[in-house]
Amino acid sequence: MSDVALAEGASSGSPAPQFAGRGSPRSLLGSVVQRRESTVVVVTIGVLIYFALRTSTLYSVANIITIAQYIASIAVLGAAQVLLLVLAEIDLSQGQVYLTAPWFVYLLWADGIAFGWAVAITLACCVIIGAINGIVLVWLKVPSLIVTLAVNYALFGLVLVESNAIQQNMPGTTGHLGIWLGIGSWSTILWALGISTIIWVLLKRTRFGTHVTATGGNELAAAEAGVPVGRVKIWCFMISSLAAGFMGILDAIRIQSINPGNSGLDIVLPAIVAAVIGGTALTGGRGTIVGTVIGALFLGVLEDGFNLIGVSANWFYLVEGVVILVAMAINNQLGVLAARTRR
Amino acid sequence: MTADVAGPSSGSPSRAEDVILRTEGITKRFGAVVALRGVDMHLERGEVLGLVGDNGAGKSTFVKILTGFQPPDAGRIYLEGQEVSFHSVTDARRHGIETVYQDLALVPQLTVFQNLFLNREVTSLGKIGWLSNRRMRRLAAEYLHDIRVNVPDINAEVELLSGGQRQAIAVARATRQNAKILLLDEPLAAMGAKESTLIIDLVKDLSKNRGMSMIVIDHNYTHLFELCDRLNVIQQGRVTVNKRVSETSVEELTELMVAEYRRQVREGQAPTGS
Repeated sequence: MSDVALAEGASSGSPAPQFAGRGSPRSLLGSVVQRRESTVVVVTIGVLIYFALRTSTLYSVANIITIAQYIASIAVLGAAQVLLLVLAEIDLSQGQVYLTAPWFVYLLWADGIAFGWAVAITLACCVIIGAINGIVLVWLKVPSLIVTLAVNYALFGLVLVESNAIQQNMPGTTGHLGIWLGIGSWSTILWALGISTIIWVLLKRTRFGTHVTATGGNELAAAEAGVPVGRVKIWCFMISSLAAGFMGILDAIRIQSINPGNSGLDIVLPAIVAAVIGGTALTGGRGTIVGTVIGALFLGVLEDGFNLIGVSANWFYLVEGVVILVAMAINNQLGVLAARTRR
Repeated sequence: MTADVAGPSSGSPSRAEDVILRTEGITKRFGAVVALRGVDMHLERGEVLGLVGDNGAGKSTFVKILTGFQPPDAGRIYLEGQEVSFHSVTDARRHGIETVYQDLALVPQLTVFQNLFLNREVTSLGKIGWLSNRRMRRLAAEYLHDIRVNVPDINAEVELLSGGQRQAIAVARATRQNAKILLLDEPLAAMGAKESTLIIDLVKDLSKNRGMSMIVIDHNYTHLFELCDRLNVIQQGRVTVNKRVSETSVEELTELMVAEYRRQVREGQAPTGS
């Protein structure tokens, strides 16, 4: 029988033979290249340095708050989106759920329901919207791209009908609760970090997270092993909608007005971009929450930096598009390099 | 019925309690096509039985019946002396019959130990399902050590492993989950010599030292002669040859198969059936 130089090496620290890439001491380059988040960290540090050199106000408290408030929802939506991307699915309705939730709160409140109850009922509705996304995908086998796009438009229409396309003031609450629910300038980013951490723990440290990865990585194998793949998918859509609705309510309380004309796709696409530049694959099985949050920071600094140095808004999207392309190209090249250093 | 060819030759069963799986007259029709015409076979405890046969001979239909994928039209299956019938794949698995497919079994993005414990994770904190990774790593390492599977790093993603190592992990998972009988579908397909050795050693070790019974489906004679104790040839929906590997050769098997084809042609292809 062959020698028994086994896997125990992993825990005892003795490097196993024939597996130089991981068992043996890694090179610094190797370990940097192998981190999925490397690209986004590098480009984010790059834009932070660039804008710090071009303007003196980047690191002012007021500006940091501006960036934090801008990126909070992108980070949460992106983190929740990672669950779906790991499943090799996508949730395009997220942005519209984010915009619709405050409308639900407003309409319920306008009907005389207490604000707290209005929020609670709305969040329950968000979970139901997520369940609808998941159930149509799992039972009727409609691709999630189409299901969630359809739900996105349906919700957009619902908001226009119910609001008569008229902008409204968002009801709110005062006192300590109000400060925590969006009014305090740090409240949204703190919620965002908290929710992202919960999703990170869920994905990396729980049985459910392993099942998400398994379902996205090899659905047949997961199902063969008895993983309830359909239920896993439905849960992820419910989490995605719930997170989006909650952040939508917080941001609406902060901004204090709700506009029925806003398009959900303008909200969800940056979140997907944050996830993808962060190092999450669209092909399923792999995702990083940390990378996504840094990706959101990158988008926030980019947008804010352009504002600060006074580049015309007309240029912003052109530059953003080019930067995303370059970041993704680097990401892919690093992926190839990482595969080589691992062997 | 097949006795004239399979005969009470070298491969005849020994004592009844040594037989873990036995089928009698398994028959399956698809419309006008008769896929199986009464398959009689047996598998001894700790034995590696090879199933040989051309495409369309009925080999895969027979395997699908054994794994509960589809029911037979007629015939009986006895597992450890008890008659059983499988209504689904899960049903067959509950009885201890596991099929190992090289590429279907594992999740490439999960690590070796995560794959070994897929859907049987060791967790704490009740419903939250907090993963006890350290414990799973230790158990996985111990188990792989036990069955002498040499995998370099238990924390490596399965994607980074070679085909042979993946196959070994897939087999290890099936055996860890209390399988009594393993069905291996072309376990040496597309593998180099070094890789094949890994699997051949594992299969031999499982059968000799752990009493695991296995059925290997393949059409590569070299592989079958390396892996198996005994071979059954399936032709035209029945077992036509039953030989111990030690008492036959590729040449003899080929001759027997050709003779059987000649006989069938002479008798006008359509067997009368039982």
